[in-house]
Amino acid sequence: MHELSIASAIVKQVELVAAEHGADGVDVVRLRLGRLSGVVEESLAFAWELVCADTVCAGSVLAVERVPCTAWCPACEVAVDLPGLGFRCPTCDASTTELLSGRELEISQVELSIPEVAR
Amino acid sequence: MSAARIVELRKDVLDHHDQLAAGLRTRFERAGVVVVNLLSSPGTGKTELLGELLAHLRAEGRRVAALVGDCATENDGERLAASGAAVRQIVTEGMCHLEADMISAHLDGWELDELDTLFIENVGNLVCPGTFDLGESQRVVLLSVTEGEDKPLKYPQMFHSADVVVITKIDLAEACEFDRDAALAAIETVRPGARVIETSARTGVGLAELAHVLAPVPSVTT
Repeated sequence: MHELSIASAIVKQVELVAAEHGADGVDVVRLRLGRLSGVVEESLAFAWELVCADTVCAGSVLAVERVPCTAWCPACEVAVDLPGLGFRCPTCDASTTELLSGRELEISQVELSIPEVAR
Repeated sequence: MSAARIVELRKDVLDHHDQLAAGLRTRFERAGVVVVNLLSSPGTGKTELLGELLAHLRAEGRRVAALVGDCATENDGERLAASGAAVRQIVTEGMCHLEADMISAHLDGWELDELDTLFIENVGNLVCPGTFDLGESQRVVLLSVTEGEDKPLKYPQMFHSADVVVITKIDLAEACEFDRDAALAAIETVRPGARVIETSARTGVGLAELAHVLAPVPSVTT
């Protein structure tokens, strides 16, 4: 259940951004979550409500975009999708080398609520 | 009245944590200490193997120390200290993994440049600790012959991140009808080309090889 730590880390970062922009609320936090990030979306959603309470993020929506796993196949010399658990090229079965995506744990965007007086 | 404003961030959630880990890595590199992060599920035999490894390395005159993380109790710290190495226990009070700031907080008073290798035994868990960089130079993921050959397929995130995969309790392989080829194939699927070392803390099989890989004797500069 490290999703609680992850959720806290997201809220801390969003709080800083909200303060920077003089926001009095946060509507949406968009997160890019790689398949290999080791974070369970359902657990994160559960933790989200808990850690948002009494912060500027209270009532916000955590919108998760899942990022697929892609890797470089040195034999085909192209980026390939890894739909299963393995790290072999689905076309030629060679071992892929570099993981190109799938580890993302990134706040991509936040939608803030800015009071008119602060604009 | 208020208005909506969209802010593009594109920032890693663990940015702050990863900066702490990067700071630790720099500190370790400057001190010339190799840091090894040991990860496995509970019951794989991390502590038993590490205790033997510490004793083995000390007998070779190597300067080794260990940090060991557990949710509760100082039992493992006490077990490891029997090797004679400097050992500190990190009690996480329920937290499922170690984080970089816990490592920093437990290094106080240790002269890192007087160490060859520092081992960090993480909390037994094959999911959460994988997300948290501790500034290590080598990540070792262990599985025991009693756990099932498909463990790497069940926890691909963790095994994919391994620099070295260690199979423990190899002395029990026959009794468990351990399918070695299936285990090696599972490791190869999630971590192609991984170095695999088969060990037994009880018989000492694989200890010398593990010691050689994790605590290489530094080349003498003239």
